[in-house]
Amino acid sequence: MKFAVLVNEGPYTHQASDSAFNFTQAALEQGHQVIRVFFYHDGVNNGTRLTTPPQDDRHITNRWSQLAQEHDLDLVVCVAAAQRRGIVDEDEQKRHNKDVNNIADGFRISGLGQLIEAGIQADRLVTFGD
Amino acid sequence: MLHIVNKSPFEKNSLESCARLSKSGSCILLIEDGVYGALVDSETNEMIQSCLRDRSVYVLGEDIQARGIQREQLVMGIEVVDYAGFVKLTVEHDKVQSWL
Repeated sequence: MKFAVLVNEGPYTHQASDSAFNFTQAALEQGHQVIRVFFYHDGVNNGTRLTTPPQDDRHITNRWSQLAQEHDLDLVVCVAAAQRRGIVDEDEQKRHNKDVNNIADGFRISGLGQLIEAGIQADRLVTFGD
Repeated sequence: MLHIVNKSPFEKNSLESCARLSKSGSCILLIEDGVYGALVDSETNEMIQSCLRDRSVYVLGEDIQARGIQREQLVMGIEVVDYAGFVKLTVEHDKVQSWL
């Protein structure tokens, strides 16, 4: 079955990012396809590679990046939500004349259309957030 | 239809809305702080009991464990699932609604 996952909450906030990750992992373990994980609202904060949690804490961003690498996941960050919160890839860096970018491995910045498309193409869209 | 509630009934009214509006035959899954709604010694007991009359109610095992809740403390009739069971519930129901 094809799944899409929507994450509306930032990392280390309540539990939504952890729940979404565990759900995505469990779905993949059962042989389902996860066609896209879309990060919206504060969820875009999951996608910064500058995240530096204490060593004995889970690294939420790296965990997503690793899962994406292992399963060729499409991790999409909403562009408008990202701009507001300072999540920047190379293109956005150039476009807005920023001195740096901070998008994490495996994440890409795109538009809300990607969420709509995922909702159409997936058999199930499961939302996690506040 | 699968309804997912992730907030405590003492923080938000999402469980109350879900219980009021979900249809007979549907399924309710309590995750994160939503699992507090499943406690037997709680104001929500009656609401959950009425849900259980014509709907199935599940809690996420990992989330009750993280909060020190034992299975014996849950309203009778509520079933416990793990993340694999959570995925299966989403497969079994053609629509999934998160009450955020």
